[in-house]
Amino acid sequence: MSISASPVAEAPANEPSFYARKGIASWLLTTDHKRIGILYLGSMMTFFLVGMTFGVFMRLEQLTMGPTIMKPTTYNALFTLHGVMMIFLFVIPGLSAVFGNFLLPIMIGAKDVAFPRLNLLSWYLFISGAAVSLSSLFTGRGPPDTGWSFYVPYSLRTGTNVTMAVFGVFLIGFSSIITGLNFITTMHRLRTKGMNWMRVPLFPWALYATAWVQVLATPILGITLLLVVLERVFHLGIFDPSIGGDPILYQHLFWTYSHPAVYIMILPAMGAISEIIPTFAHRTIFGYKAIVLSSMGIAAIGSLVWAHHMFTSGMSEVAIVVFSLLTFLVAIPSAIKVFNWVATLYKGSVELRSPMLFALAFIFLFSIGGLTGLFQGALAINVHIHDTYFIVGHFHYVMFGGTGFAFFAALHYWYPKMFGRMYSERTAIVAFVLIFIGFNLLYFTFLVLGLQGMPRRYYDHLPRFHTGHIWATIGSWIMVAGLLLMVINLVRGLFRKTTIPANPWGGVTLEWTVSSPPPTENFDVLPVISEPAYTFNPVAKEPA
Amino acid sequence: MSAPAEPLAAEPAGEHVGEHRDYAGAKLGMWLFVFTELILFGGLFVAYGMYRSMHAHDFHKASGELNLVLGVINTVVLLTSSLTMVLSIVAIRLQRKVQSMFFLACTMLLGAVFLVNKFFEWRAKFHHGIFPGSDHLMARPPGERLFFGLYFGMTGLHGLHVTIGVVVMSVMLAFLARDKIRHNDFIKLENTGLYWHLVDVIWIFLLPLFYLAA
Repeated sequence: MSISASPVAEAPANEPSFYARKGIASWLLTTDHKRIGILYLGSMMTFFLVGMTFGVFMRLEQLTMGPTIMKPTTYNALFTLHGVMMIFLFVIPGLSAVFGNFLLPIMIGAKDVAFPRLNLLSWYLFISGAAVSLSSLFTGRGPPDTGWSFYVPYSLRTGTNVTMAVFGVFLIGFSSIITGLNFITTMHRLRTKGMNWMRVPLFPWALYATAWVQVLATPILGITLLLVVLERVFHLGIFDPSIGGDPILYQHLFWTYSHPAVYIMILPAMGAISEIIPTFAHRTIFGYKAIVLSSMGIAAIGSLVWAHHMFTSGMSEVAIVVFSLLTFLVAIPSAIKVFNWVATLYKGSVELRSPMLFALAFIFLFSIGGLTGLFQGALAINVHIHDTYFIVGHFHYVMFGGTGFAFFAALHYWYPKMFGRMYSERTAIVAFVLIFIGFNLLYFTFLVLGLQGMPRRYYDHLPRFHTGHIWATIGSWIMVAGLLLMVINLVRGLFRKTTIPANPWGGVTLEWTVSSPPPTENFDVLPVISEPAYTFNPVAKEPA
Repeated sequence: MSAPAEPLAAEPAGEHVGEHRDYAGAKLGMWLFVFTELILFGGLFVAYGMYRSMHAHDFHKASGELNLVLGVINTVVLLTSSLTMVLSIVAIRLQRKVQSMFFLACTMLLGAVFLVNKFFEWRAKFHHGIFPGSDHLMARPPGERLFFGLYFGMTGLHGLHVTIGVVVMSVMLAFLARDKIRHNDFIKLENTGLYWHLVDVIWIFLLPLFYLAA
């Protein structure tokens, strides 16, 4: 799919961009996948900054021993809300909803997704879910304090407003299902002529794998959360041990969704990285088919590993060993991807622009996250590190170091396409360096603290953990400084009067053939594909 | 119903310029939604299976208290409604608009009959002091509490789906009346039918699990 192969490379340049229509209604009632992507981006960055603020407060509390700035109950509410916002409102829907919506149709040569109106509905469900969840802060008897996993029986007993928070997450899950079924249908029905399955770029492929997990796993979360609401309101008894129910059943059902959700988070991130690496290595991706198959492999095996969250909850030993084995298996397709990305860099002409820096950091941080995950899959070690800061460090490496960094990489990579503007490259690199240093100082310290025995979700700590907590808090300041600088840089970029060519990076996928920002209908004439994705034209490599 | 005299309209292609219509795509989307619904109920079926294997005797005993006659009547009602749903789709494909509307209205009516039966069934249980969290129920063994917890949870969620189905059908009835569903554009009605059959299939499983477990 080299650019020279596309008959419409120059054609849409004169069309007005999809920003042309003005007015609030043109945004709130839009069915344009690009505008919905932008709506998601705006709402998610807001939620991210709020969630980040909660995290900063938690770190501040841990700066000294004893009470620092808040009461223990406030701390419980903060780690719950930090988790709920970051997981359900940022990392799970993140890349699919923002970049998937914006780019999936363009990258497969379609004018929109299969169900544009459902797409808008999914955004409204997302926003109302967020509003209902957040209203739990101000209604009832205070914000939930259960942790983001809403474990029973505490979530049935606590007087705080768990019902609202859980119902909000239920709505967000519904939004995720709709996005998933929309993307699956889009991939099956709307690929342009000549775009057969083995010519589809890797980001759409990853979105497709993700969409299946969204469709098949999210309903389990839906029914589980619905049951929590019914238990709290009507005392049904399914999970409540005082009536006869079994709390372990809740944990099974919850993780049957929430572990696959980890792959909903990471698969699109891996897809975005698979786009960025070839563009900045100026070389075709190594092992296209292996990456495609590993995406589907992760989606399949990842749905069968949930009970590794419950090794200490009480399960038969056979079950524990089987789930441990499956957990090790899921590392294989993930590692295949890492090897493929590294192999793509080999003998490429690597260009270290800001998206590439974020992408390379992703590979490094995700590898740490993945390998520390294997520690926990090992049964003997799991008992020691269960519910410690090691776990917290591990999943921040995967979710933030993985998905978060990939989100920022994607944001810097597709920013010129989405907005037709450019941020300051130098500031972006400074921000990246700060985020990277702060991130490692914060979360690597968590890994060490966890191995020393610091339990998670504790309001206070013992003197022997004190040094580690100080380092981690300093790390959080550096990271937040970097994140704020990044956001300011991106927002300022919107006001810089520059025009961006259709293909500023030398990418070869279809989105770089339409103007920046793309016209409303994406393509005048739908492109016809005659080559595999990532065919780099040797001539295009030369500096213009 | 006799064999259709006219040939059924073929799956419509997008012959209308500027109008995006994708019959197979719309159907694929609906099937995916049906899967998600099955999995949604699947969580409850898992809970049922687990608790029944733990409390087989209690489930057996509690099941005997359900009104089998009403359960069977409701099954017949729902199965008949699935038939009228199919007849409505066939009628519109044969361009018999009034007939299609009549059968759709029959489906709605049968759905409503189901809900009314369910209401009387639940009310009788409430009168006997059997509802989640009641003192009467809490005095009984855990297996029976769980049985009725699941019974109210699952038939309640199913009843909600029936209600949604009836509401959706009333919208489809309006579409039929205004010719928004035609013999060559009936995917909305067909997808409504798919949903209705799903509701039906779930009931087919609920009946033996709750009423025939005794």
